[in-house]
Amino acid sequence: MATNEGGFQPPTISETHLPEIFPWMAEWGTGFGKNMLMVILSVIVISWFFMWAIRKQSLVPSRAQFAAEAGYGFVRHTLGRDILGEKHFRKWIPLLFAVFFFVLVNNIFGAIPGLQLPTFSHAGPAYALAAIIWITWITLGFKTHGPKFMKLMTVPSGVPKWLLPLLVVLEFLSNFIIRPLTHSLRLMAVMLAGHIIVMLAGSGVEFLVAQQGGLDGYGLGALILVGSIPLYFLELVMMVLQAFVFALLTAIYIQGSIEADAH
Amino acid sequence: MISASLIQAAEGDANPLLPNFWEFLVVALGFVVLLYVVKKWIAPAFEKAYQARVEAIEGGLNEAEKAKAEAAAMKAEYEQNLGDARAEASRMREEARAEGAQIVAEHKEKAAAEAARITEQAQQQIAAERASAAYSLQAEVGTLATQLASRIVGEALEDDSRSQRVVDRFLADLDADQAAQAGQTGAAQ
Repeated sequence: MATNEGGFQPPTISETHLPEIFPWMAEWGTGFGKNMLMVILSVIVISWFFMWAIRKQSLVPSRAQFAAEAGYGFVRHTLGRDILGEKHFRKWIPLLFAVFFFVLVNNIFGAIPGLQLPTFSHAGPAYALAAIIWITWITLGFKTHGPKFMKLMTVPSGVPKWLLPLLVVLEFLSNFIIRPLTHSLRLMAVMLAGHIIVMLAGSGVEFLVAQQGGLDGYGLGALILVGSIPLYFLELVMMVLQAFVFALLTAIYIQGSIEADAH
Repeated sequence: MISASLIQAAEGDANPLLPNFWEFLVVALGFVVLLYVVKKWIAPAFEKAYQARVEAIEGGLNEAEKAKAEAAAMKAEYEQNLGDARAEASRMREEARAEGAQIVAEHKEKAAAEAARITEQAQQQIAAERASAAYSLQAEVGTLATQLASRIVGEALEDDSRSQRVVDRFLADLDADQAAQAGQTGAAQ
């Protein structure tokens, strides 16, 4: 970090990639690092919490069961039923539930001291999840509508014939190429930006206090420390919001595949 | 999209848009595992709990509704019964009153008839006794008078018709005497 005597050197994106814990496959890039451990941790945490909370299935829920049911009910009703409709939503609850809580917990890791790294601030995880959903809704579309699905997704109805060649290309790009990219990059960019803000504040304070010192150094450092508290909460809001948006878009894409012929 | 200068700046640095293959793989596998767990255990458990609660609440509501309907039906029946009983009671009272009146009337009638019968019987008996008394008296008086007369006259009056005539005349005298006597006693009284 900022060890340069000349002045403050901002942290770089490379620093978001921590050194690997186990250097397996390191010759092909980064090995097995903190990020991967956190992903595994998130899977364990989510599975354990929800299975523990619902273990009794009591009619009058305990506090933990109530909280878990509220989370499940939120996904079931707001993301599932309201978007997919009464007829189709049941089948998709597990996927929406897994997507929402996987993203949520991995985001919130960025706000937990010690972990302090949102998994999705790296492109790889965001691409992976978006790819799984991309494959899911395309498969679903072809399963539901057959080969006609391609036509439904690329040929808009009620458009003059001479415009079609242009529109078909645009629609194809927008639905099949750009959609998964925006789906993943939206999440990744927000998480990365939040993480960089935290890093910047942290290294700035470190530089001012530890290296510059003096009254202005301590004063400014304290000021940044205080200022980072609202930023922390803003980040927290962003983490929840992005998890919601990501899961919401998942539901909307699935709904689009089920009812591709409706619009 | 990414401008050339940004790529230039990122050259020495890691490009944030380039994925790390291992992260990609771990996240994909981790998510698939989580999805499996959710599908296999978590979602069914929550759905079951949810369904059980829905049933409990709906069942409770239905039961309450049923109980309410039952209570209403029972109350209606009770009121119906009460009304019926009241009507029955008043009908019975009315009947009893009518019957009582009839019985009284019958008894009165019967009593009157009995009284009339008894009176008539008595009168008849009196009349019969009087007649028999008169008859026996007539016979006895006739015999006595005849015997007396025959003793006085000293001869038997063989001629029945004459003796009859004598008896009749005697009786008529007797009657006249009695009437006179009765008139005297009535005056004395």
